[in-house]
Formats: sequence, C-alpha cells, structure tokens
Amino acid sequence: MEARRRNLIRWLLGGGFSASLASFLYPAFKFMNPPEVPEASVNEVSAGRVQDLKPNTGKIVKFGSLPVLLVRTAETEWRAFSAVCTHLNCTVQFQESSRQIWCACHNGLYNLNGQVVSGPPPHPLEPYSVHVRGDEIVISRRA
Amino acid sequence: MASTPEPSPTPGWFEERIGLRSIRAFLAHKTVPVHAGTLWYYFGGVTLFLFVIQVLTGTLLLLYYRPSAAEAYESVQFIMTRVQFGWLIRSIHSWSANLMIFSAFIHMFSVVFLRAFRRPRELTWFSGIGLLGLALAFGFSGYLLPWNTVSYFATKVGTDMAAAVPVVGRNLARFLRGGNDVGGATLTRFFGFHVAVLPGATTLLLLAHLALVQKHGMSSPQWAVDDYGRKGQPVPQMPFFPNFFLRELMAWYAALGTLGFLAAVLPWELGVKADPFAPAPAGIRPEWYFLAPFFTLKLIPSHIWVFEGELVGLLGFGLLAVWWVALPFWATDRQGHERTRWVTGAGVALLAYLASFSALGYWR
Repeated sequence: MEARRRNLIRWLLGGGFSASLASFLYPAFKFMNPPEVPEASVNEVSAGRVQDLKPNTGKIVKFGSLPVLLVRTAETEWRAFSAVCTHLNCTVQFQESSRQIWCACHNGLYNLNGQVVSGPPPHPLEPYSVHVRGDEIVISRRA
Repeated sequence: MASTPEPSPTPGWFEERIGLRSIRAFLAHKTVPVHAGTLWYYFGGVTLFLFVIQVLTGTLLLLYYRPSAAEAYESVQFIMTRVQFGWLIRSIHSWSANLMIFSAFIHMFSVVFLRAFRRPRELTWFSGIGLLGLALAFGFSGYLLPWNTVSYFATKVGTDMAAAVPVVGRNLARFLRGGNDVGGATLTRFFGFHVAVLPGATTLLLLAHLALVQKHGMSSPQWAVDDYGRKGQPVPQMPFFPNFFLRELMAWYAALGTLGFLAAVLPWELGVKADPFAPAPAGIRPEWYFLAPFFTLKLIPSHIWVFEGELVGLLGFGLLAVWWVALPFWATDRQGHERTRWVTGAGVALLAYLASFSALGYWR
C-alpha cells in the first residue's frame, strides 16, 4: 500500500514536472523558428538600358530579393540566370576572358546556357527570359 | 619587554566567511606529473587564458557595436577609426579568437598523443570536444558580425551546408538564418548566439570540464608510468601551486606577447561591406580552421553515384566527427588492451589531413 502510494506520488511529481518543462520549452522553440514573411511576388524587372552593358559583359540585377545574372553575350544577344550557385548558395559572376559563369567560392563553372561545365555544382542555373523593349532591358521569370 | 603576538585562536574575517584554509589545502594537494611531455599540459590553461581575453575585449566591443545590417559595418569602422585604441581592441579580439582555437587544437592533439582520454577520463574528453565545437561556433558566428563581403559569403556557404542535412536541413538553415536567406535577421541572430547563447553554454561546459580535471587529476602517459615503473618509482609530481601555476603564468605571458605582437603589427582588416547583390569575390576563403573542409568541398564532384557531392561531403564530415568523438571507445579492444598504434596513426592521419588541406585551401 505504502509502495503504491509512493509510486503514485512519484508519477504525479514526475509527470507534473515534465509537463511544466514542456509548457516552457514549447513556446521557446516556436519562438526561435522564424515566421514566414510574405514577399511581394516579382515576375519582371527592368535591368537598365541597352547601352549600359557592353557586349561580352555581365552584371547582377536585383530580382525582388534574389540576384539574377544578366549577360550580354553579343550585340543583340542576352541571357539571364539565377545568380545563386546551385552548390552552396554563393553568388556567381560572368568571366569575360573565358565567356563562362564562375562561382568563386568552390570554383564551379557554368556555360552560357547555365549548364555545369566543371566543379561541384550539382544542377544548372535557373534561366530567366530577357526582352528588349525599345532601349530598356526587361528580365522576367520563365513560365 | 616586547613580546611576540600569539596567533589568534579565532579565524580571521575572511577565513570565517570563505574558508581560505580549505582552498589552500586543496591547492596544496593538487599535483602535476613531471616527464618529457609536461610542456603539453600548459595548452589547456593557455586556451582558457585566451578565452578570458575574448570575454574582456568582447565586452569592450559591445559598448560600440550595433548588430544590424544597416549599421554593423559602420559601427566596426567607427570602432577602428574613431574610438581610442578601438583598432587594437578589435584586433586583439580577432587574433585571440584565432590563437584560442589554435591552442585548443594543440591541447586536443596533445591529449590524444599522451592518451589522456583513457578511462576514467572519457567525459573530460567529451566535454573538451564540446568546448572545441563551441569555440568553432564562436568563430563562425563572430565572423559575420562585421558584415563584410567575405563573412557574408562564408555564412551563406555555412548555413547552406546545414540545409543539406537530410530531413531537418531546411528548418535548421531557417533557424540559423532567421529566415530563408542570409540577411539582417541572420546578423541579429548570430549576434545573439555570439554574446549570449554561446558564452552561457561555454561557461557551463567549461565548469564541468575543469571539475572533471580536478576530480581525476592530471593524467600521466603510459610510457612515463612504465619508464619510472622499471626503476620502481612513481612518476614524479610537481605541486600545482605555486610551482606549476607560476610556470603557467609564464606561458600566459608568452601568449599575451604573441597576441600583442600580432594585433599591433598585423592589425585585423575590416574588408569591404557586404552587398547581397554582388558576386562572391575571387580568392574568397574562410578562416584557417574551416579551410580543410572548404578545400574538400571544392574537390568533391557534383555527383557521386546517385548522390549529390555536397551531401556525400557532409556525410563524410559527420562520420569523421563521430569517429573522432568516440575515440575513447575504440582506443581499447574488448580485452581492455590499448590500441596504441591505431590511436597514434589516427591522430597523425587527421593532423596530416587538416594541415595539408588547410595549406592547399589557402594557396590554391
């Protein structure tokens, strides 16, 4: 009888302690998890004027909160890709000498179609569409 | 006629309140083994000394540092250019962080080669490895705080590695970044880790580590025990206080001298302010203690069989860490015999990997 009573009290105390600990920790863990902040959906951005980018050069353009690499491969030819390396998230750049896209962090190389040429990137770069409207360059998401 | 005063039969004011006699008695009993490897015993204390310098200089930097993406870089620039001795305090903080990690690595490898992790000191080893992990976390979180280009991309790479962890990776990366990508929220969060969470965890683990060292005493390597045993003698001991303590103080002075020299002659640079819309600059590389995994990740191809190379690399680092932490368990066989050659071989191999890949990561 005495042993059962002790056992019951032990369970009640242990259970109460565990429950109160869980009730403290649960909100703390939820608090540490950052909330999803909705961002305005961007489908198209202006990347400046045609004459601002010489042939065989590239630049990073803000596409909402994402960096996009715009490359003017020839006088009338433009390409755009996500500038986020598919390996470990660094921002890539256009190399004029080799006419390739390079990630300085781990030496990943992509060609001007966004395909991986060498190095550790596991996937090609996501392509974007480029249109020239008058003398304005417009980058948009592909459907 | 003058008479000498009798010693007071009642304890002094402090003695009554603190019990200094018991502390003195405790110190008088603590000894340190004297043998050819005694030099390596100093590195634990040197690491602790550099940690204290980190706390002191970090507290000073807190008086001016502002943890937001808009102000962090400018506040460090202000510290370095406008605040009196600001460049020195910041330089000492950065250099002592690096020296502390270097000293911790020496301490760890000396524990391995002197076999100081053996029974009953397994928990001392685990707490020490935990402290080294916390020191690396201090380095990683503190690296971002000046909000410069190199630290920005180092954090992008580091948190993206966390994202590659199967199942929980995405949530883990979001937790570390304070959002979907590295930004102002990450900086604020890393600041919180750096000045509150990590110091708290380090203090607790450090107390446990020191308590375990006190409980088990300093370990004598087996070869010293055998050498003296053949002469029918125990390993000679030196009193911790004042003999070892005074020598340790000299080691601290040497560390302080090195630190002062490096901080004054090679002041820590600030670099260029982080721009999330600029490409990663050529020649980018992390701090020296992350160079080996950094170079390994460069070498791993995009795919190994059907798996992404990044995931295989991460798995490899994880297994290597688990194998190293579990050292006290595989260092003896089932019959209780020490696998001395295995341990030495593993220590040399790990040291060779870290040294060679760090050098390659730096130069290539």
